[in-house]
Amino acid sequence: MIEVKNLTKRYGDITALDDISFSVETGEVLGFLGPNGAGKSTTMNIITGYISSTSGTVTIDGSEILENPRETKQKIGYLPEIPPLYPDMTVRKYLEFMFELKKVKLPKKEHIDEVMRLVRIDGQAGRLIKHLSKGYRQRVGFAQALLGNPPVLILDEPTVGLDPKQIIEIRKLIRSLGKKHTVIFSSHVLSEISATCDRVIVISGGRLVADSKTDELSRKMQDVQKLSLTIEGNPSEILGEIKKIPGVRKYMKVRELSEKAAVYAVEYSNDTDIRREVFNAMARISSPILEMKSGNESLEELFLRLTTGKGGE
Amino acid sequence: MTAIFKREMGAFFSSATAYVVMAVFFFFSGIFFNFYVFSQNTTSLTYVFSSMFYIIMFIIPVITMKSFAEEKKQKSDQALLTSPCSLTEIVLGKFLGAFVLFALCNLIFVIYAIVISFFAQPQWSVILCTLLGTLLLGGAMIAINIFISVLTESQVVAAVLGMGAGLLISMMAYFVSLVSVDWLSTALEKISFMNYYQNFTYGILSITDVVFFLSVTALFLFFTVRALEKRRWS
Repeated sequence: MIEVKNLTKRYGDITALDDISFSVETGEVLGFLGPNGAGKSTTMNIITGYISSTSGTVTIDGSEILENPRETKQKIGYLPEIPPLYPDMTVRKYLEFMFELKKVKLPKKEHIDEVMRLVRIDGQAGRLIKHLSKGYRQRVGFAQALLGNPPVLILDEPTVGLDPKQIIEIRKLIRSLGKKHTVIFSSHVLSEISATCDRVIVISGGRLVADSKTDELSRKMQDVQKLSLTIEGNPSEILGEIKKIPGVRKYMKVRELSEKAAVYAVEYSNDTDIRREVFNAMARISSPILEMKSGNESLEELFLRLTTGKGGE
Repeated sequence: MTAIFKREMGAFFSSATAYVVMAVFFFFSGIFFNFYVFSQNTTSLTYVFSSMFYIIMFIIPVITMKSFAEEKKQKSDQALLTSPCSLTEIVLGKFLGAFVLFALCNLIFVIYAIVISFFAQPQWSVILCTLLGTLLLGGAMIAINIFISVLTESQVVAAVLGMGAGLLISMMAYFVSLVSVDWLSTALEKISFMNYYQNFTYGILSITDVVFFLSVTALFLFFTVRALEKRRWS
């Protein structure tokens, strides 16, 4: 659906984007992750045709934005970082303007009503945009992007400035939109990406540093896995059993919780899964496992590692 | 294009802009009408129109200062430039919005002519010719000022630059008499708006004058489109 090839953008001597390539399938929700100033907005601005790239191409559904701007732009709904609103208009007037500007061919009143219901601003239709709170403005911007049901949605930090309840609503909305639309959505908040996206692309300093499925990302980037266990029983007996399990590299007792129970940390190689063996071994010596969790590096730690340039260590 | 035009008109009339501009325009044209027509006991609007030249120079930057400068500042230009509208459509929509407001201001002259008709027979041909000239002059000035507006993010800078350009154009005839270099003074004379405009106020309709204003308008609208295009590439 979206094909980005060798995108480079230079401002004088500064390279904002350095040879970025990726593609997005129809119906996919792609997360765009990176610290502030990494080039997320620049990439989005190029995809939507607001600015041009120094070199490289963007193809949307087979048509290129420079060769075929009208048809290509009609396929995209864009919510920029700062919603492009006119403060002196009412919500309905503004959406009517955007409807005409985008040359949408749907029944006007019904479609605008439907979009307003979807982002829950139907109660605000008659208010002036300058009187709206930031959360509502963001939603008006969202509504504007949805006009005309474009197959591609580009959302630049759509949840910034919203309260937690609104954030959850917007995430749900993005998820549900992902069924019909192809969505690229940027954020510098990791939990948001992992909660919403199928796939994540990490950009740092204008370079693409990672591109993978959200749940695979952390596994891919590590060669060892960690397990944190709380087990009741004799520590030396337990450690002896753990030692025998194939694939285990490091094991230790972290701390004692009570007279009987203690927390153990185990590191094992990436290509095996030792959780069943651990369970069986503990069952043999009748030491009940009270808690078992994979102590993998959190997305946050991973993100920091990737974007500070030590990726893949 | 119609979407942008409608929004521009809406913005003029939902804010004070349209009313202030019209009030100032009507006020000065009223004063000139009083001085030149009633006090002089004439039916000729020639002097009223030629005096309005200076008012137009100052009023048009006020109409257009917002057009692109404000969009850029509010980042609402992102909606325009990522919409399926071409740059030409966007610029024409903005131009037409400002032009129609200016044309509405000029309706007052029709009313003055009707007022005159109660006392004597006005020279309708001269009045219509002058009205056409005023609209053409206004169109050219609007195009120049929209171009200035696209160059900056600040409305104030756009307005001041526009008024500066207006002053420069008004004083062109004066410069002509100052410059002693032959070819330069001829060149300046050729681009002096007042020269072309004055013919209209005398009731002379010549193709040269019409073409002059139309080409200035087209040229600066073209520059505006190029400036928008360039912004995308920089």
